[in-house]
Amino acid sequence: MSYNMKSENENILKGIGAAPGIGISKAFIYKKEKEEITNESITDLEDAIVSLDTALEKSKKELRKIFSLAVDKLGEKRAAIFDAQIMILDDPILISTIKNRIKKEMRVPEYIVNDEISKYTDLMNLSHEPYMKERSHDIEDIKNRIIRNLKKKKWKSRITSDVVVVTTTVSPSDTVLFSRVNVKGYVTDFGGLTSHAAIVARSLNIPAVVGLHDASNYIKEGDLLIIDGYKGEVIINPDEKQLNDYQKKIVRLQKQGTELNKLRDLPAVTLDGKEIQLLANLELTDEIELISESGAKGIGLVRTEQLFEEYEAFPDEEEQYQVYKTIAERIYPETVTIRTFDIGGDKVLPVDLKEPNPFLGWRGIRLLLDNTHLFKTQIRAVLRASSHKNIKLMLPMIASMIEIRKSKEIISECKNELKKEGKIFDKHMGIGIMIEIPSAAVLIRDFAEEVDFVSIGTNDLIQYLLAVDRGNEIVSSIYQEFHPAVVRTLHHIITEGKKSGKLVSMCGEMAADPFAVPLLIGLGLESISVSASAIPLIKKIIRNLTLKELQSLAAECLAFKTEKEINTRMHRFSNEKEKHQIKNLY
Amino acid sequence: MIEYKIKIINNAGLHTRPAANIVKLASKYKCDFFLNKDGLHINGKSIIGVMTLAAEKGSEIILIFDGVDEELALKEMVDYFNRGFDEL
Repeated sequence: MSYNMKSENENILKGIGAAPGIGISKAFIYKKEKEEITNESITDLEDAIVSLDTALEKSKKELRKIFSLAVDKLGEKRAAIFDAQIMILDDPILISTIKNRIKKEMRVPEYIVNDEISKYTDLMNLSHEPYMKERSHDIEDIKNRIIRNLKKKKWKSRITSDVVVVTTTVSPSDTVLFSRVNVKGYVTDFGGLTSHAAIVARSLNIPAVVGLHDASNYIKEGDLLIIDGYKGEVIINPDEKQLNDYQKKIVRLQKQGTELNKLRDLPAVTLDGKEIQLLANLELTDEIELISESGAKGIGLVRTEQLFEEYEAFPDEEEQYQVYKTIAERIYPETVTIRTFDIGGDKVLPVDLKEPNPFLGWRGIRLLLDNTHLFKTQIRAVLRASSHKNIKLMLPMIASMIEIRKSKEIISECKNELKKEGKIFDKHMGIGIMIEIPSAAVLIRDFAEEVDFVSIGTNDLIQYLLAVDRGNEIVSSIYQEFHPAVVRTLHHIITEGKKSGKLVSMCGEMAADPFAVPLLIGLGLESISVSASAIPLIKKIIRNLTLKELQSLAAECLAFKTEKEINTRMHRFSNEKEKHQIKNLY
Repeated sequence: MIEYKIKIINNAGLHTRPAANIVKLASKYKCDFFLNKDGLHINGKSIIGVMTLAAEKGSEIILIFDGVDEELALKEMVDYFNRGFDEL
């Protein structure tokens, strides 16, 4: 992949295509850091006070969430800083001074907030004590939080027409937030192919090009952009010919989409009769419509942390129960696999808890076993929603047997509680684990025997196996799904897992790669879960292959020693077949 | 109005946790409460204000109470300072 800023055409930027699709719209530059604060005057005082109060309330809710997690993990003493930050938001002297100044000076709240709080940080910075400088950072943080919350409200109302969002980096919550307005695409400076924001963009069918280095400086607000999520290109102010070509392409793609939709009710079965279970991933409740239309045979992965991302605090049992129940009912009689909160890493909720290596840190099952209250609330909600017997529960980031056993104990506890309370649930609800840490891959046989099913999470598995941060665009080119170690590990997981008689599924991005699917099925995989938008294409590929040819293809790939050989072989195979649509696009 | 000079005796000084507790304690009372250190006059019911005070072990602060329940407030506050913010 090339990262050159300019190609032969002056106005084309090359990056990484992170979510497919084509969008044509004006650029909207979204600057997250260093909010510009203007000394604008206001006319509506009441409106200014209301937006200040809303921003303070929002900041308080964010901090309370962080505080409760911090107390659990760091203890009351070290969590005190968050407590003090919350108190600042309620500081009677500070808040009344700010409000009085807004009234008197009739300036925008963010200007007054910045000016007033800076008085205190300036005082702290005068001190020679090093801890006062740190304290000043803490105050700065709370100031920025309030200003951000003041701005966010303003920003939302600013997008009224279709735009392509151009920014340095986009978080999963930004992606969700943007999806509510008319966003035709994302262009970001940082980020690799499988950053979580890209996954969200893909599931929402919004094209994204990432890893453009300094696009956000290069593109100006209001520039007309063509974003090509297939090629990973962004065209700035296209000429007439470029615009024409792309408009034609959009029409062609729409036609192809209709053609693929005809496959909806046909089974995902190979030419020699091997049926593959094709499931959909879900991370937004809105997606369930898309999933039903896609012809998926159920939901193979619900990313619950995404489901509740927009919530101010961790949802309580009742809130979760309602959401899980709705999903289970909507997908019935098919089955839904609900994965417990996989928070940590880039998906973390309490952003202020900084870990030196979040991907090797406190995430997934580790966080849940440390927060049994949070864990039990979720298990109870899932159990209660399981009364139609079409829910399975899946545990993320399992590395050791003890984590499986401890989790199972907690699940039994929840069952006993619910039984005593007279609540109905599925006594035999299936319990499975994600295989995404190399230790779990090695011990697959033992682990599979302990649970009802396993699901391979390729994104993390590849990242941990190859020691490559998938979000780091400097090294993202060596994040390779066709690395021989990856292919052989997958082979080991699938064969050994099946020996225990348990279902082996895959829910990572690799399962949605048209070039990888033939290899995966050849390795013996019988169940895959992908984003709903990828299902028709994957189904079309499967229906044009024989299991027999795939098995010999897999055997060939297992013998290769380099990534290049496997990659070339898989692309050659797909090209020879000429059976899928990808190549026909260009 | 009562004034009372007091010394910080705990090792960590007036850091964030005691600052928060001082404000919580002062807020229970009706009377006004100020802290004065090296000429810096701070409203003791304002957490952001109290946090601007750099007061390490051994430094002296003047506590000022003014209002109907000033005596009670003084007693509880002095007690808290003398316990070294419960960190001794």
